[in-house]
Amino acid sequence: MSPKNSPENGRGGGGLLDPRQLVRSLPGAVKKLNPGTLWRNPVMLIVEIGAVFTTVLAIASPSFFAWAIMAWLWLTVLFANLAEAVAEGRGKAQAATLRAAKRDTVARRLADPADPGHWETINATELRQGDHVIVEAGEIIPGDGDVVEGIASVDESAITGESAPVIRESGGDRCAVTGGTKVLSDRIIVRITQQPGESFIDKMIALVEGADRQKTPNEVALNILLAALTIIFLVAVAAMQPLAIYSKAANPGIPDSPALNAEGVTGVVLASLVVCLIPTTIGALLSAIGIAGMDRLVQRNVLALSGRAVEAAGDVNTLLLDKTGTITLGNRQAAQFVPVDGVAEREMAEAAQLASLADETPEGRSIVVYAKEAYGLRERQPGELAHAEWVAFTAQTRMSGVDVDGRLIRKGAAAAVMTWVRDHGGHPTSEVGHLVDGVSAGGGTPLVVGEVTRGRARVLGVIHLKDVVKQGMRERFAEMRRMGIRTIMITGDNPLTAKTIAEEAGVDDFLAEATPEDKLALIKKEQEGGRLVAMTGDGTNDAPALAQADVGVAMNTGTSAAKEAGNMVDLDSNPTKLIEIVEIGKQLLITRGALTTFSIANDIAKYFAIIPAIFAAIYPGLDTLNIMRLTSPQSAILSAVVFNALVIVALIPLALRGVGYRPSSASALLSRNLYRYGLGGIIVPFIGIKIIDLLVRFLPGMS
Amino acid sequence: MGTTAAGIAFIASLIIALVLVHRPLGDYMHRVYTGTRHSAVERVIYRLIGVRPDAEQRWGGYARSVLAFSVISILVLYGLQRLQDKLLLSLGMRPVTADVAWNTAVSFVTNTNWQAYSGESTMGHLVQMAGLAVQNFVSAAVGMAVAVALVRGFARSRTDLLGNFWVTLVRGTIRVLLPFAFVGALVLVAGGVVQNLASPQEVTTLAGGVQHITGGPVASQEIIKELGTNGGGFYNANASHPFENPTSWTNWVEIFAILVIPFSLPRTFGRMVGQVRQGGAIVAVMAVLALASVALISFFELSASGTVPQAVGAALEGKEVRFGVANSATFAAATTLTSTGAVNSFHDSYTPLGGMMTTVNMMLGEVAPGGVGSGLYGMLVLAVITVFVAGLMVGRTPEYLGKRIGSREIKLASLYFLVTPILVLTGTAVAMGSPEQRASMGNGGAHGLSEVLYAFTSASNNNGSAFAGLTANTPWYDVALGLCMVLGRFLPMIFVLGLAGSLARQAPIPESTGTLPTHRPQFVGMVVGVTLILVALTFLPALALGPLAEGLS
Repeated sequence: MSPKNSPENGRGGGGLLDPRQLVRSLPGAVKKLNPGTLWRNPVMLIVEIGAVFTTVLAIASPSFFAWAIMAWLWLTVLFANLAEAVAEGRGKAQAATLRAAKRDTVARRLADPADPGHWETINATELRQGDHVIVEAGEIIPGDGDVVEGIASVDESAITGESAPVIRESGGDRCAVTGGTKVLSDRIIVRITQQPGESFIDKMIALVEGADRQKTPNEVALNILLAALTIIFLVAVAAMQPLAIYSKAANPGIPDSPALNAEGVTGVVLASLVVCLIPTTIGALLSAIGIAGMDRLVQRNVLALSGRAVEAAGDVNTLLLDKTGTITLGNRQAAQFVPVDGVAEREMAEAAQLASLADETPEGRSIVVYAKEAYGLRERQPGELAHAEWVAFTAQTRMSGVDVDGRLIRKGAAAAVMTWVRDHGGHPTSEVGHLVDGVSAGGGTPLVVGEVTRGRARVLGVIHLKDVVKQGMRERFAEMRRMGIRTIMITGDNPLTAKTIAEEAGVDDFLAEATPEDKLALIKKEQEGGRLVAMTGDGTNDAPALAQADVGVAMNTGTSAAKEAGNMVDLDSNPTKLIEIVEIGKQLLITRGALTTFSIANDIAKYFAIIPAIFAAIYPGLDTLNIMRLTSPQSAILSAVVFNALVIVALIPLALRGVGYRPSSASALLSRNLYRYGLGGIIVPFIGIKIIDLLVRFLPGMS
Repeated sequence: MGTTAAGIAFIASLIIALVLVHRPLGDYMHRVYTGTRHSAVERVIYRLIGVRPDAEQRWGGYARSVLAFSVISILVLYGLQRLQDKLLLSLGMRPVTADVAWNTAVSFVTNTNWQAYSGESTMGHLVQMAGLAVQNFVSAAVGMAVAVALVRGFARSRTDLLGNFWVTLVRGTIRVLLPFAFVGALVLVAGGVVQNLASPQEVTTLAGGVQHITGGPVASQEIIKELGTNGGGFYNANASHPFENPTSWTNWVEIFAILVIPFSLPRTFGRMVGQVRQGGAIVAVMAVLALASVALISFFELSASGTVPQAVGAALEGKEVRFGVANSATFAAATTLTSTGAVNSFHDSYTPLGGMMTTVNMMLGEVAPGGVGSGLYGMLVLAVITVFVAGLMVGRTPEYLGKRIGSREIKLASLYFLVTPILVLTGTAVAMGSPEQRASMGNGGAHGLSEVLYAFTSASNNNGSAFAGLTANTPWYDVALGLCMVLGRFLPMIFVLGLAGSLARQAPIPESTGTLPTHRPQFVGMVVGVTLILVALTFLPALALGPLAEGLS
């Protein structure tokens, strides 16, 4: 997938409307005029029926007014189709890129998985679940599956857009491979886990094309409300006709107008009124909003396997976030050197640095880096010191260090180093114990530095290792809280450490020493309280929790089991993205609500244009309602119809981009959107219709 | 005190009284509908009608009970009218004709009390007391029973059960309506309203003619007609008749009785869902709409243009001098804002825009504060629709009181608000489209249209007041308006109970700062806006050709 443009500032980027896109989508829009497909959108179907009706009337008794109305009613339907076609068009472009990756590949199927020497060459489409295939450097992986033997670097750019190769190996959480990606080195044996035609790429293509797009629950509900409004307006307009006939007859001597004669309101005007009143704006843009919402996720390299999941993301009450990689940078880092009494800080720092030079673990590196940053100690290379004997860190000794010029320095786990000091005849004071306990109590990890010089063993001090919370997370979580979302940190750490990090990061709660079972239980508990839960996961043991969560985002690097269990896949495998997903879900709903409000609020101005236009001739008092002072009945009605059509085009970019969303409380959000789309929806059409009237009055037959 | 000052004092004292009473009364009704004990009388009733009072019903059973009870009520009332000459206390009245009896039976059972007859010359005491007055009680109690079921839908979770209709009905009648009606009737009697079982008195008039003055059990019926937002007068002249409403202060009492239960039920709602402030928001929406309406009607009536109104200072045509313009306007607003339909003045004679306001009050769907029970459930449905649109705008699946407003809920709410506009508009259109029905109009032009529009609005919204002017006692109108009343009452009830059922089944969603708050002025303003816009958009074309055309010329 080409676009790798997930904008860092996040909110609602990437929806600008390219005029060429409109032109490209035009044939698709025309094709959608077919009532066989348009019936899915009842509001627009009514508009089309109105357009056909007006066309018949215009042919039967031609006038410029009738032709103009007819043209604009057709344009209204066309614009609505255009909105949908443009939204779909963007997905189609992405689908084309994906299809290119899904070239016909051949598979080397093993007759016996244990014997990689014998294979048959078959077409990739013939692969069944459970088949084993062998793939070597330079070959395309023929289908989704798990590596069961070997290790290889794989180019997944076809799917993720990320050109750096990734390692895939048998066993563990890095075993999943995706069909269509390319093996760059080595040789692996893959067990196919997909059914033919149901590969990940197939799913992606279907998703971005919107081919099997189902209406989401909120969309269904909104459609019902729009249908109800449409029915009400149809009844209101239909019921007006006998009243109009009566009123016309009750006021004899008033000449017929293009809007009203003895047979009542003319057909062209009736059709115009219906089209202006039914909620065409939202009706036209509703499906485009939904498609564009999915599309916004795709642009952030997230694949939602159902629209329902995107909507659920907006409703999420609780976010479960893994500590490592999401909240913290990943590894503990040295944050402080605490010397014991009688040892200078700098002396201890030097010893700590020396002892850590041979420690290649991230913790060890961080001590060297900290010593350099905080004390200006130059980083020395192990080869620099003559006669130095380096002691590397091992999991058994839990220490690293150096023996140089008769001086022995060790750094490592508190218990290990203390034992070492004792073994060399030293007696660590109780002060050391206090320091170690103090660091632990603060949620940090204590490492002890000890030395043996001239036969005297002693402890120099304690290194405070701590988790470093990613920058900006605190603010992110505060935003979440304002949105009413509770964040829970999941970690394998002990409760004390977890508590410290939780406080530092500003999450609302934490689950310490978490096992997969604990996670699942926590999700169930939250859901029992009526909350919706979102989480990320990658391992196979995350699968049950991912399946249970309302929004389960699986990392693309994760196992097939995790990807199957979740309802979204993050191709970038960035767990922080969960927060953006929630925002996109909310933005989708807000866009629908805002445009619905706008659409309904628009009707007020249209009434003020059309009612006096039809009836002021028989009841001159009704001209008071013509507050826009529109030129003539014909120009008033045409202006309302033109406005109604143009507003759809004007709002396509908004529908595709989504309404601007800043995380804030429901009350603040509502106020802002109410003013903008409610009040705006009342005022804008008054201005718009007036401007259009100033232009159309120069057309023939408008006076 | 000048007229305006007197009018303001009248309205202000009403407001203060309602503010004082709505809490204790709302709390009392909360206890009535949530209590678990049955009184001895109630247990006897349950045994008689064969109901196990502790067995709760699902929404379907509840709805079937509502319908069964109402069908039987219609049949009984129809029978009483048709056979009244063979029964006691008929005062020699003849059987009521079939179409009027149908219309009246439907009218009283649906809490509409549209009267196609004039009471004193059609109905004997037995029909008035055993038929009409009984329905005044129970039809109101049915409305409350449906409202309480909807509130239970919000208050309960993970259950199919909405309570027992019969228990709710009996308690509403015996514990709420009866005691208050009893006290109220005594107050009215003290104010000069008649209460007897005498035969008509014959008096010789000044000109030497003979007039029959019908007395009867008026006070007892008058109070429940107001308290239960029924509105069917003992006399044709309704509450403008001196025997029904003799003085300015009985006028005050009657308006108070009209408004007191509908304005107190939101409090009951708040208590039942465990958040009093939610009830406060609902009552605030009702109050804003009601105050605006009273102010507008009074303004239009007091500032009427035209030679005669200018000369006397206000539009007095069709109003009782003993009440004056302001008190009449307040009564008119109260009676149309609730689904009462009693009148102490003739809305047909109001200024075109004042008259339009009485129509608009009903077009709001009788929700501000609306009929007893029906006002609350109507308003809650509007709140659901508001929550749906507004809830989307805060980026969540809309929820109200912890319940999700999904497609099923929005479907039922939409069906609810479709019913009355369709009835009103279709009825008006058919009547105006047929020359025979147009002949019933008392006036031509836009005013004639207003009369027909008013009639269908009144019947479909179960108000029951008449604009007058229209000769509605024709078989066609009797049947057509009767259909509007039945459909306008029971279809919405079924949808409301369905909504209650689907709400009760849901598990509650905990509140957070991401939840749309539904107790703040912001939400109150939105519900007011949605109510007004829905009405304006639906009825503007019809209003434009009737009262607006007349009023703006």
